[in-house]
Amino acid sequence: MADLHIPDALLVKNYIEGNETALSILIKRHESKIYGFIYSKIADRDISNDIFQDTFIKVIKTLKSNSYNEEGKFLPWVMRISHNLIVDHFRKTKKMPMYRETEEFSIFSVMSDDSLTIESKMIVDQVEVDLKRLIEELPEDQKEVLVMRMYQDMSFKEISELTDVSINTALGRMRYALMNLRKIIDKHQIILTN
Amino acid sequence: MAKIYSKKELASKNLKPKKEVVSFLLNYSQALTVVKVKDKSFEIIAN
Repeated sequence: MADLHIPDALLVKNYIEGNETALSILIKRHESKIYGFIYSKIADRDISNDIFQDTFIKVIKTLKSNSYNEEGKFLPWVMRISHNLIVDHFRKTKKMPMYRETEEFSIFSVMSDDSLTIESKMIVDQVEVDLKRLIEELPEDQKEVLVMRMYQDMSFKEISELTDVSINTALGRMRYALMNLRKIIDKHQIILTN
Repeated sequence: MAKIYSKKELASKNLKPKKEVVSFLLNYSQALTVVKVKDKSFEIIAN
């Protein structure tokens, strides 16, 4: 318990002078703060352990080579080292592969524009408008179930509770709604594709 | 099934590095000697 009263600066000094126990006290004292800080950014135990280890390897090397000159600010110094290593880690993992266009390789084979063309957008909009008109033609009870299921994304259990019918009735109404929609589409020969 | 709404707290105060990591660091520290010659420094690791 006497370890608690020794300030960091003195432990660092003792360590530089060859007292190895001083390092273990410093690690014990600050491990959870430093590890917690790393883990809060990385969210992976193994990588956090690696970064914690690399941080202290730097600390040890710096102290042993007498390059440390920030007496009294041990923890912020170690935190800064770990912060830099975290940034390095993200740089390494987020690096994008680079492609260069050659005769055999076209850059457009890895790049594509998935958004709809103006024409397809108009078709999609038209199909939606047509479909809504067809739904309006359905009997009220079937229309209600279909709208709740498809547009409001409700489960059949929720629909049955809300409309005060059994789940089987709701399922049956959905089935009839779809059958009737198909009938109307066939009858008027409507094409609903995009 | 009950849904768990609570999120895992990332910056928990009880998080600690593995014992193996700490023991590696202490052994590494004991084994390492840094010798400075002029402006160059040499790291010697004793087995």
